[in-house]
Amino acid sequence: MHTALLLEMAAEALADRPAMGPSQAPVSYAQLWARARAAAAAISRRPGETVVHIGLNSPAVPLAIFASGLLGRPYAPLNYRLPDDDLRRLLARTAPATAIVDDDMVARVAGVAGIEIIPRSLFEAGATADAHLDADLPFAEPDIAVLLFTSGTTGEPKAAILRHRHLASYVISTVDFAGAEEGEAALVSVPPYHIAGVSAVLTGVYGGRRIVHLPAFTPEAWVEVAATEGITHAMVVPTMLGRILQVLDERGESLPQLQALSYGGGRMPTSVIERALARLPHVGFVNAYGLTETSSTIAVLGPDDHRAARTSDDAAVRRRLGSVGRPLPGLELEIRGPGGDLAAPGDPGEVWVRGEQISGEYVGRKVIGDDGWFPTNDSGWLDEEGYLFIEGRLDDVIVRGGENISPGEIEDALRTHPAVADVAVLGVPDDEWGERVAAVVVTSTPANADELRAWVHGRLRSTKVPTDILFRAELPYNDTGKLLRRVLKGQIVAAKDHKDAVAS
Amino acid sequence: MELKPGSRWKSAVCAAEVVVVRAPTGPLTLECGGTPMLPAGAERPEGAAAPVGEGPSALLGKRYADTESGLEALCAKGGAGALSVDGRPLLIKDPKKLPSSD
Repeated sequence: MHTALLLEMAAEALADRPAMGPSQAPVSYAQLWARARAAAAAISRRPGETVVHIGLNSPAVPLAIFASGLLGRPYAPLNYRLPDDDLRRLLARTAPATAIVDDDMVARVAGVAGIEIIPRSLFEAGATADAHLDADLPFAEPDIAVLLFTSGTTGEPKAAILRHRHLASYVISTVDFAGAEEGEAALVSVPPYHIAGVSAVLTGVYGGRRIVHLPAFTPEAWVEVAATEGITHAMVVPTMLGRILQVLDERGESLPQLQALSYGGGRMPTSVIERALARLPHVGFVNAYGLTETSSTIAVLGPDDHRAARTSDDAAVRRRLGSVGRPLPGLELEIRGPGGDLAAPGDPGEVWVRGEQISGEYVGRKVIGDDGWFPTNDSGWLDEEGYLFIEGRLDDVIVRGGENISPGEIEDALRTHPAVADVAVLGVPDDEWGERVAAVVVTSTPANADELRAWVHGRLRSTKVPTDILFRAELPYNDTGKLLRRVLKGQIVAAKDHKDAVAS
Repeated sequence: MELKPGSRWKSAVCAAEVVVVRAPTGPLTLECGGTPMLPAGAERPEGAAAPVGEGPSALLGKRYADTESGLEALCAKGGAGALSVDGRPLLIKDPKKLPSSD
C-alpha cells in the first residue's frame, strides 16, 4: 500500500482541516493533497530516479515525501550538517536524482554528477503553480519509499531501505484514522533526515493533526513555538528534553495545552524523565523505542505506565520508568542468547523483531532473515510482564570476566550524584578481565574519583563500580543527540596507549 | 480476482474503494453491495447503485477483516455499499488504541 494514500484519505475525510503550518495561516488537507500532486507533476518532468532533500525542516518536507511517493521514486533526506565533502559524497551515491535543496545550501552541493538541483523556493512555488495543478499522474508501483542514511559512526553511512508497505503498515496499524481532535497540533523538531521526522509526517497526516515544523531545534525556539502555536503533541530525543526543561524553569512556562510528549532515539536518563514528570504533571509521557530499520516505533511505554512506575510501591513496577514498555500489538519480539536460544525473563540477549513494518534492509545488504526475523543489534531483556529494557548496542555492552554489564545502569547511578552533570560508561580493554568499566564524567561542581566510586558502590554490585574515572569538560554527541561512544572509547584507549608508551 | 497486498479495488455500485492490507489464504471474491469489486483503474458501469438496507455502508478509514480467509482491507473511500467476500460480510477491525509516539 502506498504512503500517498494516507494523505489522499485524510484529504477526503478532513478536507478543510488545517494540515500544516502556523495556526494563523495553515494549509488545509485538501490543499496539501493538491500541492503534493502538483509537486509530483513538477518533479516528474525532471530526470532522476530518487528525490533527495537537503535542508532544514520546512513545509517542503511533507510535500517532498508525498510527491516522491506519488511518483514511485525513493525519498532520500540527507544530513545537511555534514561537512561539505561528506555531504557531496553522499549526494553522489543517490545519482541519478533530483535534489530539493534549501536556497542557502545550493552552493555547497552544486556540480555533483548526475544530480539536478531544485532550490527549495522554486520547488514550493511549483507546488502551487496552476500549470501543475490537476496534472495527470500515472499510477506508480509502490516500492521503495524512503532511503535513510545511517549516521555512519562506524564507517561509511549505510542507506537503509524503507518500502511503502513497511511505512504504511506501521501507520495504519498504530494510528486511528482521523482520530485526532479538532485543534490538535504536533510539533516536529527532529531533523528531516531522522526516521522520526518521516514517521511524524505520515502519522500526523493519517491521524488528522496539524503539523508544525521547527526549522532547527533550539530549546528556546521549541518552547516559544509550543506555547504560541498551542502545540498538543510532540516528539523529542532525550538530550532535547533536558534542555527544554531548563528553559521551562527559566521562563516559568508550563505549556498548559501540551497533552502528550513522546521521547526516543536514545537512552533517557531516569533523572531527566523524573524531572519532566514533576515539571509537566498534565502531560502524558510516552517512551517510544524503535530503529530506522523498523520504520520507527516497535515498543511503547505509555502515560499510564509512567504514572504507575512513579507511584508504585512495587520495585519491579517502579523500575519500568527505565524500560521502553511493551512491543506494539501485531509485532513479535524475542530476546535471544548468544546461541540463538530464547532468553528467560530477566536474562539479557539480543532483541529480535518480526512484523510487517520491519525492513531490516540496506542498499546492497539484507539483515532480515527469510523467516522475517530481524536482529536489532540492541541488547535487552524482558521482565515478567513483558516490559522491555534496552541496555544499549550489543557492541557497547561491557563484558567483564564473562559478566555482561550494561553501561546505562551505571550511568543512571552516577547521574544521581549531585556533582555529575553528564556521564558515559564504557568498557576498555583489560588484560585480566577482558574489559573493565570506565566512566567519563562531566561535573558541575568538583568531585573526586573515590567519592564517585563509593557512590556507585552504595547502589550497585561491586563488579559494576568503574575502575577508571576520567573527567572531561563535555562528551561527544552527534546532532540528533546520540552519544558517540566509539569516538569516546577511541580517545580513551588512544590516550592510555600513549601514556603506556611514554611510561615504558 | 488476485487480492494482493497493496492492490486497490473500487465498488461497481457506489463510491467505495478499498486497499488490500493482507492477502487471503485462498482465492475468493471481494464484493461491495453484493457485486464483485473492480480493479481501481476500471470504469464503473453506469446506472448501478448499491442496494439499500443490505448491511452497513463502507466507512472511510476503517479496517475490514474476514477471519475465515485472513483477508484484511482498508477502506480508502467511503460508499453506500456493504463490503463482503463470497457473500460473507466483512467485519470492522477495532483499532488498537496506542499512545501517539511520533
